[in-house]
Amino acid sequence: MSERRTLVLGWGNPGRRDDGLGPALAAAVESMAVPGVTAESGYQLQVEDAAEVARYERVLFVDAERGGDAPFRLRRLEPSRSGVGFSTHSVSPGRLLALARDLFGAEPEAWLLGVRGYDFDSFGEGLSERAAANLAAAAGFVRDAVRAERLGAAPPTPPSHSHPAKNSRG
Amino acid sequence: MVTSATKRIVIEPVTRVEGHGKVTILLDEQNRVQQARLHVVEFRGFERFIQGRPFWEVPVLVQRLCGICPVSHHLCAAKAVDGILGIDRLTPTGEKMRRLMHYGQMFQSHALHFFHLASPDLLFGFDAPVEQRNVIGVIAHHPDLALQGVMMRKFGQEIVKATAGKKVHGTGAIPGGINKNLSVAERDVLLADMDRMLEWSRKAVAIAREYTLRNLEKVASFGSFDSNHLSIVRADGAMDLYHGKLRAIDARGAKILDQVDPLDYLEVIAEEVRSWSYMKFPYLKSLGAAEGWFRVGPLARVNVCDFIDTPEAEAARREFLGLSGGRPSNVTLAYHWARMIELLHSAEVIRRLLHDPDLQGDDLVAPAGERRGEFVAMIEAPRGTLTHHYRVDENDQVTMANLIVSTTCNNEAMNRAVRRIADEHLSGRPVITEGLLNNIEVGIRAYDPCLSCATHALGQMPLEVTLLGPDSAVLDRQTRAG
Repeated sequence: MSERRTLVLGWGNPGRRDDGLGPALAAAVESMAVPGVTAESGYQLQVEDAAEVARYERVLFVDAERGGDAPFRLRRLEPSRSGVGFSTHSVSPGRLLALARDLFGAEPEAWLLGVRGYDFDSFGEGLSERAAANLAAAAGFVRDAVRAERLGAAPPTPPSHSHPAKNSRG
Repeated sequence: MVTSATKRIVIEPVTRVEGHGKVTILLDEQNRVQQARLHVVEFRGFERFIQGRPFWEVPVLVQRLCGICPVSHHLCAAKAVDGILGIDRLTPTGEKMRRLMHYGQMFQSHALHFFHLASPDLLFGFDAPVEQRNVIGVIAHHPDLALQGVMMRKFGQEIVKATAGKKVHGTGAIPGGINKNLSVAERDVLLADMDRMLEWSRKAVAIAREYTLRNLEKVASFGSFDSNHLSIVRADGAMDLYHGKLRAIDARGAKILDQVDPLDYLEVIAEEVRSWSYMKFPYLKSLGAAEGWFRVGPLARVNVCDFIDTPEAEAARREFLGLSGGRPSNVTLAYHWARMIELLHSAEVIRRLLHDPDLQGDDLVAPAGERRGEFVAMIEAPRGTLTHHYRVDENDQVTMANLIVSTTCNNEAMNRAVRRIADEHLSGRPVITEGLLNNIEVGIRAYDPCLSCATHALGQMPLEVTLLGPDSAVLDRQTRAG
């Protein structure tokens, strides 16, 4: 049963430049100290995150996105029964929701925020300039949305850098 | 060699990204398998990234290699840094806190692999439809097992958090020791779940054991072959996943080398470079590249050690080896059973450590000794032997780093497993069947390879299977969601 309100769960590798957008946004949300909002971050989503997700009324998953709209793209998530892969390296947010539902009887309202990144192929800390700008825009949107408890409100449609996303793992 | 008379089958991701493997199978004119290769796209730039950094930063830096086994890299680098500082012995609290962190990591990693990836194969059979043969299928038919897998993984992660400070990017291991002890409150939270974790570990051993015994003929032949095996062991020959010296045995159990100090690894191990692979191929120098390749990980460790120093895991080991007449098992799918024996061993070690008052000690860091300019450390990571080798200059900057990860050690073995499976399922039938894809996945999964998963941004692609004819025309293509 959910006992808290909103979880912002960002994931990615801060040591791989823009792949760190998810944890960076979680850190930004944490610094906002919005009542009822908890921020967590990790390298990748893993099965035990289902137990955490199950404790909230709504969850905002945040990841860097290789393609797609800038500065960010928000979409609704539903539990997913995607197939099994051949390594243990990550779980999709959709499958996490399925685990939360099937194992813990929880069905939080869930959203996926993909923040557009550009530099994923080099080692190093810190975001690229364009990714940092996208982060600021995404953090502003999340701040307003979680305070108003209106995560599902349509985000502003960005005018530039827009092209269709190649794929979503959600 | 690829000739115009061969056909090429490729199993690959659409994009060149890390965290994915690619399988290429070459057929001759009679549609017989001529060659099978697993390509792992590995980013080798990390060793250069470390160069120039102060050596004391390395235990935190190297965790960025992988989100699945960061603790293994963290601890292996910490052991190397200890050596550079001339510290050959930690305080009891420092040593035991690090061991608790390591066995917690082993426990969560093995539990995740077994319940999330292996159990669908073992419970439903790996010829079952892929729609059923996944963790959702396990939830539907065995909800108690699925919940156990999640909670065991969570328990291991809580140990990591309590010892390393955080579940990822922990900072617990510092030069010469550890930066915190385990409070009584932290200990009691973990102890409250301990009996349940032990019980679930016993059940996991039983599932793997029963599957193996029930399907003995199929398991014995599936992607299997004789090989050498390598791991570190304690001075008395016991399994020790945190510290020890190198031992290698051949397929029948004869020792090839024993008690070789990690500092001397370059005298006994070399790495072959092949033009078609990003990963190197390690081998024992004394046998040469063709005969000296070896397996690492749970199967190798259970084969290599003389005994396990916890009673329930030792009893399980004896039964495991009894199946091969007391000699090493060379069965690829036996990795699952061996992995569960190590899961049980890890639970027993964790229980022993949690009852040790040294974990509440205050003497956390050992004093530095005579500074060294170079050191090599080894640890048994969940997937096998991990080596970190560093040189540092007088300004404390790293000038050279060489990391040999477990998956690299199993490179040749995984290629051979794919070849065996392709031989059985493809020859004479130049199409990529669902059965072929299933079986290749099952074979690779047994080794639980770490595919350099440093980035996982949205937009990466699932696996794609492509069959190409002699003229490179696409004959068949299938996609499997990742």
